[in-house]
Amino acid sequence: MVSDGANNTMAFPRETVLKVASLARLQLTPEEVDLFATQLGATLDYVARLDELDVSNVEPMVHAIELTNVLRDDVLVPSLPRHDAVANAPKTDGKYFLVPAILES
Amino acid sequence: MHYQPIIGLEVHVQLQTQTKIFCGCSTAFNPDQPNVQTCPVCLGLPGALPVLNGTALRLAIKTAMALNCQIAKFTKWDRKQYFYPDLPKGYQISQYDLPFSFDGQVELITNAETGESRPIRIIRAHLEEDAGKNVHDETGRGRDSMVDLNRAGTPLVEIVSHPDLRSAAEARQMLEELHALLTYLEVSDCNMQEGSLRCDANVNLHITKDDGTVVATPIVEIKNLNSFRFTEQAVEYEIARQWKAFQETGKTIKDAPKSTRGFDPDRGVTTIMREKEEAADYRYFPDPDLVPVTVTDEQLAAIRSEMCEAPAVMRKRFQSEYQLSAYDASVIIDQGRLLAEYFEATAKLCGDGKQAANWVTQDVLRVMKERKETIANFPLRPEVLGSLIARVTQKQLTIKSAREVFADLLTAEEDQTPAPSMAQIDEIVAAKGLAIVQDDGAMETAIAAVIDKNPKAVADFQAGKQAAVGALIGQVMKQLKGADAQAVREKILTKLSGG
Repeated sequence: MVSDGANNTMAFPRETVLKVASLARLQLTPEEVDLFATQLGATLDYVARLDELDVSNVEPMVHAIELTNVLRDDVLVPSLPRHDAVANAPKTDGKYFLVPAILES
Repeated sequence: MHYQPIIGLEVHVQLQTQTKIFCGCSTAFNPDQPNVQTCPVCLGLPGALPVLNGTALRLAIKTAMALNCQIAKFTKWDRKQYFYPDLPKGYQISQYDLPFSFDGQVELITNAETGESRPIRIIRAHLEEDAGKNVHDETGRGRDSMVDLNRAGTPLVEIVSHPDLRSAAEARQMLEELHALLTYLEVSDCNMQEGSLRCDANVNLHITKDDGTVVATPIVEIKNLNSFRFTEQAVEYEIARQWKAFQETGKTIKDAPKSTRGFDPDRGVTTIMREKEEAADYRYFPDPDLVPVTVTDEQLAAIRSEMCEAPAVMRKRFQSEYQLSAYDASVIIDQGRLLAEYFEATAKLCGDGKQAANWVTQDVLRVMKERKETIANFPLRPEVLGSLIARVTQKQLTIKSAREVFADLLTAEEDQTPAPSMAQIDEIVAAKGLAIVQDDGAMETAIAAVIDKNPKAVADFQAGKQAAVGALIGQVMKQLKGADAQAVREKILTKLSGG
């Protein structure tokens, strides 16, 4: 039941790789799909070892840092000059970020 | 065969903070200067770290309390991933499985005349950040879309109702009730033109067939409704469209996925945006950059102590405390908290709620409308109006005279004199002789003088010309403008009849 590494992985379907890639807007070659299916399968397999533990009495952890309530006051801080804000844009008219026409409806 | 519309709302409310939810950039509405209210945090630049705005949290909790929600003692932040040009990080920070509040309800007035109401349940209210704004090329020539990120990161509360609404009118009323509630609380300005209050409506129909079986039509989400009227029109249209579609195709919720439509206000129709073939896969996961938030009972008590009376509660109280009709109470409440407070102060000062309501809903609102003024700038303060009304209720002034004084006070104000005062009421009353003369002596004296000066009228009357008495009354009234004409008439008649 328990896998001991990449050589004995549970299958990670290629369709799932393609779906995840599409959600992340990644275009993969067929070779990459195979490669990631194997690698992701191995990773999930490794994580699945946690299933061996009895966690029925453990509160789910929602954050890795044991810290709560980090808040700031509602006080204005100077924003970036527009010139700097749009500096990294692939395309700009100096005022807006320009993107290929978004088709509405 | 008949149908029942089933409607739920998702309402987005912009909180009234100075700065964005996770950074110190301004939240001011500033469409003329795009991209001047951004920083590495709201632009999603690498390495930038968000920090929660404490005021946004406080206002959100206040909102949830007003919605009678449970407040979670522990709440966290999640990333909702999707790609759109107005979302710079590629994800929106929102709340998924542990929203800060849930299980509330709002009392919806379903009959304005009787004040009859029904609870509309709230599933949850959570905090999230707004996206930026896309400005599209309207020429249709397919030019680039422009993205303004000033709004990106503005704090929003999303309020999700159960599908408890049953008509387009109710959907509109629900939105109006939330508008009243949130502006009373001062958690949001709810400025719909600026997008501070907008909603999505989920609509479908439950159809009872002739054999008694009930089927549901596919659910449609109408996106981004930004006015009360559009909300009502869009839902109205959608109900008719679904009814027609069902009669034509017989398609039920089992045959078609949920779809998204937009409302075109120019044509008054909803148009398809997308069919959700597969449930949108947002791949929510906890945001590692933001730590969870906990609240204590003491903090909640402190926030609760800042709450003002909810408009629904105030509406009922005005009816019981000031004997107002449900309708009058609603007219006052719907004008906003400042007018409601103005009314109440006036009612207390004059001691007659019904009279105060008449003056506020008729005279004050009329003048405000004529002058395009808000109650905050209305020149007559409640002390002055209350004092004026009190003179009517104490029978020192007739209603007609009081209206004259009211108009004069406002005219005087237009002439750049300082805000009308109570002393001015006395001046106007004295100058115009409007005071109701209760002093019988003064009336006797005036009548005697008029009779002495008008021997002809007296003779005519005694010769049987009843009408002659009118001239005498007129002359007395001219001297004593506030006198009760009926009383004057009786006294003259008594006197002439040898009394």
